[in-house]
Amino acid sequence: MALALQTFATVKDANAALKIEGTRYLGGGTLVVRAANEGDVSVFSLVRSIDPALSTIEVGDAKVRIGASVTMAAITRHPDLGALAKAARAVGGPAIRNMATVGGNLFAPAPYGDFAVALLALDASVDTGKGELPLETFLAGRDETRALVTSVSFTPPKTDSLRFLKVSRVKPKGVSVLSIAAVLEQAADGTIGSARIALGCLADRPMRAVAAEKALIGRSLTRDGIAAALAAASEGTSPITDPIASAWYRAEVLPVHLGRLLLS
Amino acid sequence: MAKVPVQFTLNGSEKAEFIDSGTTLLNALRDKIGDTSPKGGCHQGTCGACSVIVDGELRLSCLTLAETCNGASITTTSGLADGGVLHTLQRAFLDTFATQCGFCSPGMIIAAKVLLDHTPNPSREEVVEALSGNICRCTGYEPIIQAVLTAARSNSQNAA
Ligand SMILES: Cc1cc2nc3c(=O)[nH]c(=O)nc-3n(C[C@H](O)[C@H](O)[C@H](O)COP(=O)(O)OP(=O)(O)OC[C@H]3O[C@@H](n4cnc5c(N)ncnc54)[C@H](O)[C@@H]3O)c2cc1C
Ligand code: FES
Ligand code: FES
Repeated sequence: MALALQTFATVKDANAALKIEGTRYLGGGTLVVRAANEGDVSVFSLVRSIDPALSTIEVGDAKVRIGASVTMAAITRHPDLGALAKAARAVGGPAIRNMATVGGNLFAPAPYGDFAVALLALDASVDTGKGELPLETFLAGRDETRALVTSVSFTPPKTDSLRFLKVSRVKPKGVSVLSIAAVLEQAADGTIGSARIALGCLADRPMRAVAAEKALIGRSLTRDGIAAALAAASEGTSPITDPIASAWYRAEVLPVHLGRLLLS
Repeated sequence: MAKVPVQFTLNGSEKAEFIDSGTTLLNALRDKIGDTSPKGGCHQGTCGACSVIVDGELRLSCLTLAETCNGASITTTSGLADGGVLHTLQRAFLDTFATQCGFCSPGMIIAAKVLLDHTPNPSREEVVEALSGNICRCTGYEPIIQAVLTAARSNSQNAA
């Protein structure tokens, strides 16, 4: 393995170094060092920044900002990020969670990216130093992104309004068959005013279940109320096939698990 | 390629080496420093045999670059025994037959140590969760879970 690591104090200097062909950013390394260990010769130069801003978490009333180098373990420990703890705990085992960063999760190909699924349901935005991009836009263009992601931010969800579920075959830790996150706003009579549903493993990267979201508006969370949303859940999906599950299986079980999440 | 210096504390003693940039902590420990207690099973983060403790946190040394550990304090299984006296966890692994081929044991013991350092009296579920990143192909896990619970009990008896 011929890898070389360059460490920079500032984001600016790290960004300049990332412009060189074959250079990649090193987050926790759980994907990029693994690729190098497996013989991926396209990775030969790694860059990281130890700028402390990348590791900070700011929780305000209107906005939560999480630095890209914050680990899954740090999120599970944070007293004000209880809503996200379940999604952070869904990533790997204890050692992986001590290493895996929020920034890296945005780039993780399916079956990975469970935490990004929760962020997509939260309508998070991604800061790459050139202003903020909606996560959905960022994900669509992530293969071409060369700039360092510095943070993600989102409006704090109302208590218990973020629902998250990950299905895996190995307990307590295993790779996703699929993951689903949903943020629902309900009127006083229980009808759904707005819905954002994000899916993992139903495409090569986290995606929204737009048709299911629409079908929930004005309905209530009963078996009948969600029937149309479940019927529309697979619209636009192209699930992955891997050793965990086939595309057919993932599509087949999606409505079952979405139903459980909505009725939970 | 130019060598880069790394310096850290390993099991209480200072280590300094020149390594190739990009060397994993696992390779630096085993091939440069001579601590072969962390094992290279998969080099993919999936087996946990390479587990070490870096500044109190459980890490996979196969996915950690040694250079990122400059100035850190690292603990491996080879640093647990006190002279000829085994660590409570090592003793418990022997007593409950939690070691067969032994390949997973250093990683299991390190993961268990991190658990007991933070949670001296864990529940069975907490033990299962703490070891969930470590694979054993021999024991069927039950003796390992029992070993960790036994070590926790004997720690609290000794403290009493
Ligand atoms: C055994 C194992 C189990 C796993 N289980 C899960 C799981 O259950 N769920 C899950 O979601 N993931 C899982 N993963 C995948 C991975 O650990 C996570 O997705 C993690 O969040 C990736 O983050 P990282 O910091 O380790 O990324 P790295 O490996 O450091 O980086 C991954 C990619 O993102 C880029 N990158 C990272 N940070 C930035 C940044 N700030 N700016 C620009 N580019 C950046 C890197 O250049 C690289 O291309 C698992 C991995 C392993 C090895
Ligand atoms: S060798 Fe590191 S996890 Fe298997
Ligand atoms: S004892 Fe052989 S792998 Fe665990």
